[in-house]
Amino acid sequence: MCPAENSAAAPADGPTDAPVSRDSGTTPAPAAGAPGWPLWEVFVRSNRGLSHVHAGSLHAPDATMALRNARDLYTRRNEGVSIWVVPSDAIAASDPDAKGSFFESPQGKDYRHATYYTKSEGVKHL
Amino acid sequence: MTTPQKHRNPTPFAQGDSAASATRITPGNALRPEDIALAAAEGTAHPAPEVAEYALRLGDDALVLAQRLGQWISRGPELEEDVALGNIGLDQLGHARSFLSYAGAAWGKTEDDLAYFRRESEFRSAHLFEQPNGDFAATMARQFIAASWQYPLYRELSSSSDPMLAAIAAKAVKEVDYHLDHSTQWLLRLAGGTDESRRRMAAGLDLMWPFVGELFEDDPLTAQLGDAAVVPSSLKAEFDRTTGAVLAEAGLAVPAHPMATGGGRRGRHSEHLGYLLAEMQVLAREFPGASW
Repeated sequence: MCPAENSAAAPADGPTDAPVSRDSGTTPAPAAGAPGWPLWEVFVRSNRGLSHVHAGSLHAPDATMALRNARDLYTRRNEGVSIWVVPSDAIAASDPDAKGSFFESPQGKDYRHATYYTKSEGVKHL
Repeated sequence: MTTPQKHRNPTPFAQGDSAASATRITPGNALRPEDIALAAAEGTAHPAPEVAEYALRLGDDALVLAQRLGQWISRGPELEEDVALGNIGLDQLGHARSFLSYAGAAWGKTEDDLAYFRRESEFRSAHLFEQPNGDFAATMARQFIAASWQYPLYRELSSSSDPMLAAIAAKAVKEVDYHLDHSTQWLLRLAGGTDESRRRMAAGLDLMWPFVGELFEDDPLTAQLGDAAVVPSSLKAEFDRTTGAVLAEAGLAVPAHPMATGGGRRGRHSEHLGYLLAEMQVLAREFPGASW
């Protein structure tokens, strides 16, 4: 996927902060103050045995059309065998400002890695 | 359109992702228009004269529709729909290139010779395809009719006694299957949307429906082709059934207009085709042999 095409659909900078509407079934309401179709995040599985990977985002009136738009935008060059679409406002994201407390704690905790431990005598194939 | 490429697809008749890799994205293997053009240039494709005439009809339908859909580029209601219409148009262009390359093999002509250097009266497309885009609903009505016709046509043609027609149709039917789904989804949404979208969808169907009849007309050529072609009238019952079911779900009546005069298969066209061809052909005619 070329970067230009990726960014053509919509800014792929994660979920928007649109108000979450829980009572509209699979069709999220358009973001307040942003007329038009709601935003969806697209996940593409490239082949059997691999997991779905975030490919980008797009606008669509409902989930059915979001899948079709995703097919047209993100699988044009044989990239996928399966697509998921998720309303952007259904995704809760970690706070970038809390990076320190969220992600830096594991640093230096060597004992969480197998290599920290000495191999017991006689154990093969490690 | 491009000149035939020198490298040959190693397995031109292989289907789909049989050669796909888990770690690398490949274009996949499928019959390409370039392979047909190469076969024509090397003299290994030999369509019978009546098969070539038939391929010319289907190729012109697809070419004219592709040109119309191309006119939506940058004018779609949303960027995503712009890409969808562009993709569908390019699918049709691919079918046109395949059919025209094959047809041209009978007369020593390339796809470009046939696309750019024939006059209006030499085109064999049905009138439906040259109808102006109108609004989005009118284009969806035209797409819905076109795909509801092309889908059973290509499905049946994929067992044609002519192996190349069968191969082209087998590739095209998967793409047209999606075109039918796309236009059906939009027809249902526009019909079930606002009063205005429903009015426009009904008006679009009214506008395009008179051109349905021509698609199912038999003539001496289709009678002569036997197992190589699909008898047009044999597809009408399925077309009526599938379109009727969608229109019923949309709560819209099947338009009951009398059929338009037709004549596209004999080179008689409406006033719209000339303008379309002028736009499509002007560059190739102004600068013959130009490449970019």
